[in-house]
Amino acid sequence: MQLFRHTGWMVVRQVRNLMREPIWIAMMLIQPMLWLVLYGQLFKHVGAQGASNGSYVEFLTPGVVAMNAFFGGMWSGMAMISDLDRHVIDRFLAAPTVRVAIVLSQVIRAGVTAVIQALILLLVALALGVRVHGGVAGWFVVFAGAALLCAVFAGFSHGIALLMRREASMIAAANFVGMPLMFLSSILVSVALMPGWISAIARYNPVNWGAQAMRNAVLEGGNWGATGTYLALLVAVTAATSLFATWCFRAYQRSI
Amino acid sequence: MDAIVVEELRKRYKDVQALDGVSFAVREGEVFGLLGPNGAGKSTTVRVLTTLTKPDSGRALVAGEDVARHPNRVRSKIGYVAQDSGVDWEATGRENLLLQGRIHGMSGRRLHARVDELLGLVGLDDACDRVARGYSGGMKRRLDIAIGLVHRPKVLFLDEPTTGLDPEARAAMWVEVERLAAAESLTILLTTHYLEEADRLAERVAIVSHGRVVVEGRPEELKRGLQGESVTVELRETNGHVEQAERVVSTVAQDVFVEGTNVRARVANGAEAIPAILGALDDAGIEVAAVTSARPSLDDVYLHYTGRDFTTEDEAGSDAGKPGVARPERQGANS
Repeated sequence: MQLFRHTGWMVVRQVRNLMREPIWIAMMLIQPMLWLVLYGQLFKHVGAQGASNGSYVEFLTPGVVAMNAFFGGMWSGMAMISDLDRHVIDRFLAAPTVRVAIVLSQVIRAGVTAVIQALILLLVALALGVRVHGGVAGWFVVFAGAALLCAVFAGFSHGIALLMRREASMIAAANFVGMPLMFLSSILVSVALMPGWISAIARYNPVNWGAQAMRNAVLEGGNWGATGTYLALLVAVTAATSLFATWCFRAYQRSI
Repeated sequence: MDAIVVEELRKRYKDVQALDGVSFAVREGEVFGLLGPNGAGKSTTVRVLTTLTKPDSGRALVAGEDVARHPNRVRSKIGYVAQDSGVDWEATGRENLLLQGRIHGMSGRRLHARVDELLGLVGLDDACDRVARGYSGGMKRRLDIAIGLVHRPKVLFLDEPTTGLDPEARAAMWVEVERLAAAESLTILLTTHYLEEADRLAERVAIVSHGRVVVEGRPEELKRGLQGESVTVELRETNGHVEQAERVVSTVAQDVFVEGTNVRARVANGAEAIPAILGALDDAGIEVAAVTSARPSLDDVYLHYTGRDFTTEDEAGSDAGKPGVARPERQGANS
């Protein structure tokens, strides 16, 4: 009960603070827009890489939504660093705050942001002629996939933030982990066209699970079994990374 | 009953022994000052008592609860005002207070009434619905104190409450703390590296040095314990004479300490000792610019018990030392 109450109040804080600074949601969209519009046009003649008979932009759209959600989660730990720097975390820790609630509220905030961005990206994609073949369920899967993919890496990112506690180290860690995970996924290229060893690794890459679930929903609107499995896996990993971040409070408290 | 009991706390960070057997007790309802330079172990002690970090060994009870065994019980009975403000900049003053109250399980009309009361108490009624980002340092500090008080704690920890404030805001904060201590019938543990602050606010102080309490008592008692007066001799020139002057003064006074071109010493009776000191220096051919004498200050107490000057150790402290060691008023007489 207390867990839900505390998470609720912390989410209120996060969403309220987010609403006061909506400009950065727009800022974070500039890069994915460039991918969608420029990169999508650049590879126009590549087509949908055998996944369906749609265009490359249609193939790319779920990938860009996934990329945006994934990097959004990866960077979300910056909010923890800012809270640490301003000693808001110490203030919560010296009060009977449920530790998990602090992490969950940050993860939920990141997930909500990812859904808002996914919606904007999908609307732009519609204008570029992309169709979501999965219908209403397809839209739902894209939003759920974006939220969960973001949440998985938000948990991870907050753990790293508590361990590193410095922005420069955070940026290095996010790039060091983020870039390889992106290239070892089907965000830019279909699994069918990957070299064998990359597709073997991609099977275990959460970024790939999110991208695959969303791609199924957009391109085919079928294969719901596999899509459901991917989403369920993402839920499990979100729980794991959130617990990891909560555990990192101990490491942080040992060091102060 | 004691509100805080600290027994033999030890804590080591990689290569620094931050706490080296700290022990003291704070009575219920008193304002207690932990006094010492930066890096002496004051903030670490407070972090242990507020359950933010664990000691390597030793025991601490706050409001009757063991900080290691029942940290959540301790947390619900204490207010913590950290050295650095814990205000959420993107939230308004009121929202900051409401959230803290809710964490402590308060709600509804009771919470809102308490928040209004505190906003009035710390003088933030007008600014309370503005985002805290725009608050001045003094306003953030006052909000911090209100945040620490929202759930009517039994014990309030004020870690360096006036560091970083200008002298005017500092004086205002002192009045504030005195008023709160009376109005909320709190036990307050205050840490400070301003001797003047401890002298003004604390009923009892413990002087901390290198992770240990070196002496504990009422400021007047500690000062009275050092009998006599404190004499400061200002030399006219420095080249080599300072050390010589120190030796000469040592023959007629105790606790001699050099500070720039000043030589400080403790004597039983200023009126008798000053002519003797001046005579001895004159015989040695050392010119004196001025002599002042004063009743011993906490400064002298600190020097007496640690063998170090407060300012010197402050600069050598591991934290970035901030200037601002209070000097007592000296009743001076030029020679």
